[in-house]
Amino acid sequence: MPLKLGTKELEKMALSCRINIIKMIHAAQSGHPGGSLSAIDMIVGLYGTVLNIDPSNPNWEDRDRFIMSKGHASPAMYSILNELDIINEQDLMSFRKLGSVCQGHVDMNWTNGVDFSAGSLGMGLSFGLGCSLAAKLDNSNRKIWVMVGDGETQEGQLWEAIMAAVFHSCGNLKLIVDKNRIQNDDFVSKQMEVGDLKGKLESFGWVVREIDGHDMEEICDAINWANTGIEGPMAIIANTIKGNGVSYMENNPSFHGKAPNIEEFQIAMEELS
Amino acid sequence: MSSLSGNGASRDGYGDALLNLANNPNIVVLEADLGKSTKSCHFRNKFPERTFSIGIAEQNMMLVAAGLASSGKIPMASTFAIFTERGFEQIRNGIARPNLKVHICGSHGGIHTGSDGSSAQSVEDLAIYRTLPNMTVIHPADDISAEELTMQLVDLEGPSYMRTIRNKVPRSYTNNTKQDLIIGKGNVLMEGEDVVIICCGVMVSKSIDASILLKNEGINAAVIDMHTLKPLDEELIDTWSKRCGCIVTAEDHSIIGGLGSAVAEHNSRTNLVPVEMIGVKDIFGQSGDSEELFEEMSMAIKDIVQAAKKSIGRK
Repeated sequence: MPLKLGTKELEKMALSCRINIIKMIHAAQSGHPGGSLSAIDMIVGLYGTVLNIDPSNPNWEDRDRFIMSKGHASPAMYSILNELDIINEQDLMSFRKLGSVCQGHVDMNWTNGVDFSAGSLGMGLSFGLGCSLAAKLDNSNRKIWVMVGDGETQEGQLWEAIMAAVFHSCGNLKLIVDKNRIQNDDFVSKQMEVGDLKGKLESFGWVVREIDGHDMEEICDAINWANTGIEGPMAIIANTIKGNGVSYMENNPSFHGKAPNIEEFQIAMEELS
Repeated sequence: MSSLSGNGASRDGYGDALLNLANNPNIVVLEADLGKSTKSCHFRNKFPERTFSIGIAEQNMMLVAAGLASSGKIPMASTFAIFTERGFEQIRNGIARPNLKVHICGSHGGIHTGSDGSSAQSVEDLAIYRTLPNMTVIHPADDISAEELTMQLVDLEGPSYMRTIRNKVPRSYTNNTKQDLIIGKGNVLMEGEDVVIICCGVMVSKSIDASILLKNEGINAAVIDMHTLKPLDEELIDTWSKRCGCIVTAEDHSIIGGLGSAVAEHNSRTNLVPVEMIGVKDIFGQSGDSEELFEEMSMAIKDIVQAAKKSIGRK
C-alpha cells in the first residue's frame, strides 16, 4: 500500500530521519553518518511514494523489496522504519548495542522490515536479482529496489549482477546508486575512480537516469519513472553529498564511519532543527 | 560386497535427485556454466523455466540463490567444489548468516577428480563450510546415496553444502540399503570390534575393501559411512570408539579441518582413543589417474589397512 506522500511531507520526513540518524550514531558513539545522510532523501522518496509494503505486516510475501546493499548506512534504514512505526525510538537508541534490533549493519533476521542482511559490499544487487527472478516465477508485479554506493561499484560482483539482470530481462529490478563520491578512506576519485557509471550501465543494457539525489521533486519523478517501466532493469544515479544536512560532515571523508562528539552533536542538532 | 552392485558417480545421483524433486514447484536450479558436469543439465532440459544460467560468476550465483530463497524458492546451486570456494564470503554472509535454505553442490571434489590437476582438486571445501554456523555439510559415497541425501535436503531448516565427485566408484549402497541413509546420522556398513574406520565419499568403498583385507588377517574392522560431516553423529562415534578402542578416519580431503579433524575434535572431548587419519597431508595434488594419485598420496586401500594396524597398536 504505497503512501503517496507529497513533496513537503517527504521533506519533513527526511528531516526527521536526519535528526534520528545523528541521534542514534551519537548515542552509539559509532556508525556511518556520511552515507546515511547522502542516501536518506532517496530512501524517503521511495518509501513515501511508491514502495508497496504493509508496515503492519512487514513480512507480507508479495511486498515490494528494498535491498540496502550499502549496509553500513543502516541508520538511514532504521530511521525510515521508525517513521513507518515498524520500529520505535527506543530501538533507534539501542543501535549497535548488545541485543539491539538495530544491528551495526542491516540484518533481515534482526529487524522487521529489512529485506537483506548486508555489511559486505557488492552483494545486494545479486540478492535483488534472485528476488526479481522469484517474483517473475510467481507472476507477481512486485518491484525489487536495490541501493548501492558509488564506491561499492568497485566490487566485481556488482557487474556480474548488472550483466545477469539484462540477460534475464529483469524489468522489475530497480537500482539506485547513491553517488556521494566518497568511500571509506577518501574520495572515490583518489581510491579508484569508477568513471562514467551511466555510460557503463547503459553499455550493459540498463536504462539509466541521473538526478540530483537531494531534490525531492526530482527524486519522486525519477522513482515514478523507474517504478512504471518494466521493459528491462532500470537505474537511477543519484548525485548526492556525503553527510548532507550537517555542515562539517558534508564532503568530509572522515565522517564516513565516525560518530560526532558532544559538541559536534549539538551543532548538528542546531543545524537540523 | 561393494563390487556386487556396480559403479556409480555421486554427481549422477545429484542430477537424478533434482529430477525427482521437480514435482515441488519451488525447486529452482542455478548453474554457472557447469551444468553438464554437475549434472543439473537434466533438470535444465526438462524444466528450463526453473533453471537459471548465471554464467561464470559464482559470487553472483550464491547471492541470487539467497534472494530466491528469501522469496520462498528452494534453490539448488551447483558448480565445481573448487569454484564454490570463490564465493565463500558470499556463502558466509549471504547464505549461512541469514540461514537461508540454499543448497550448494560442489562437484569434482577431492584429488579423485584426477587429471585436471591441483587447481581443480578441492581438498579444503568440507573444512571451510564446516566452520559456518547453520550449514549442513554432506559428502556422499556413491550415486545412490547422493540421490537419497539430496532428496532429503529440502526438509532441512537451513542451508547445505554437498560435495559430489566426478568419477565412478564401486557402489556402497543398493536401492534397498539406501533407506538407511539419514542426514546427520552415520551409517554402519560393516561391524567389527578391533578398529572403526570412519569415512566419507570415495573412501567409503576403499574402507570396505580395507576391512575385507583386514578380516583375512584376523582383524575385525567396523566401517561407518559418515556422509554428514556436520552435524556430526557424535553418539555413533562414541558407541563405536568405546566398542573398538581406536579409530581410523579416511577422506579424500585435507586432514586439516575435514572429517578426520571433526572426529578428532569430538574424540578429544570424550573417549580419548587413538585416531589415525587417512587424507591429503597438507599438500596440493597434481595431474594423474585417480588411483595413481591415491597411491602417490598414501590414500590407497593398503594405506587404510596400515593405518588400522597402527591405530590398533596405539591402544
